[in-house]
Amino acid sequence: MIRIKDLGFSYGENVVLKDITMNLEEGRIYGLLGENGVGKTTLLTLLSGLKNAKAGQIDIDGHNPWKREPSLLTEIYYLSDEVAEINMKAIEYAENYGKFWEGFDLNKFIEIMDSFENDINQKMNRMSFGQLKKTHIAFALACNTKYLFMDEPTNGLDIPSKAQFRKAVMKYTREDSTLLISTHQVRDLENIIDPIIILDRQDVLLNASLEKIAEKFFFDYSNDRKEGALYCEMIPGGNIQVLINTTGEDSKVNIEALFNTVHLHKELVKGLKDEN
Amino acid sequence: MEFNSNKSIYLQICDAICDRILSGDLPGDERIPSVREYGAEIGVNPNTVMRSYEKLTSEGIIYNRRGIGYFTSPDARVKVLEAQKEQFLNEELPMMIKKMRLLEISEEELVRAFRQTHATV
Repeated sequence: MIRIKDLGFSYGENVVLKDITMNLEEGRIYGLLGENGVGKTTLLTLLSGLKNAKAGQIDIDGHNPWKREPSLLTEIYYLSDEVAEINMKAIEYAENYGKFWEGFDLNKFIEIMDSFENDINQKMNRMSFGQLKKTHIAFALACNTKYLFMDEPTNGLDIPSKAQFRKAVMKYTREDSTLLISTHQVRDLENIIDPIIILDRQDVLLNASLEKIAEKFFFDYSNDRKEGALYCEMIPGGNIQVLINTTGEDSKVNIEALFNTVHLHKELVKGLKDEN
Repeated sequence: MEFNSNKSIYLQICDAICDRILSGDLPGDERIPSVREYGAEIGVNPNTVMRSYEKLTSEGIIYNRRGIGYFTSPDARVKVLEAQKEQFLNEELPMMIKKMRLLEISEEELVRAFRQTHATV
């Protein structure tokens, strides 16, 4: 379990994160959403122990990631948005660098590479951007860590790879693992991220499961204009309207509409956080 | 799996399983995939699949054998049939009638069309 309390970080004068408090539970795939520059990547690097918090605490199973204890680092993998071109065959890279993670499974790496239709004998600096990204994703999943943080993992993936990515994430992660995936491509990840975290300038606007979100908001896809809609967007075949859910009826959460609603009505979602 | 845009995913998963039970593709007392297996197969968060399984369990359509997994109930088909019949009569039929009124289709016209279509499908 990850407990973040009053976390703050700034780059010089530029405050990026301030008073961030939230918990991340086991066995969940969190989607981390937020506009450009709100500190999503900064948060992921802080959790991975690559940066030191200026204020507040991060506690991962009783450890502070900044102390970089090997026993914790072996349970964390951070997949950066920018992936390294390495002058090595993918399989050699996996054999050499997998050793840093206790749970690394080379067969799993080969299996995932195969499902991605990636050649393990290709040099990583000869790969296309998408192939390179998939190699790093395969490596990340093969590390079998309890904590997996991914920054925009679907960037650069072609259409079939996005579906393969979703399947691989579900198939190859541990049941007790916590995933935190930052993304702007919510459609790529729509059915796999739950709970949803929306980060705003220096604040967590929302950290709630889709079930909780659907209890609070009703997503209407009909043609009739509804009175009191918090948000309305025309789509082919009607509107998406977001309303306060007063009847308890269940609807499909549209994450893009949710994001826009939350930004228009920040006061309404305050406190919409799952009880831990 | 193709999802439509306006029904909650966990309910669409329930529908898909019920459809397979109705068509006979999934017989009674048959093991169904674990939430993780099924989630991976259809690209959906296991917690969502769990919600679907919980709903189907509470309706007696599937059941959990501790330590083994989920199975369809022996009388799953009858259960699904009853539930869907009720849903058709209580929800879909009123919608159809509303639409008929909107399109000014009379009862006689409907009966005629019903008989014609019935012979062909």
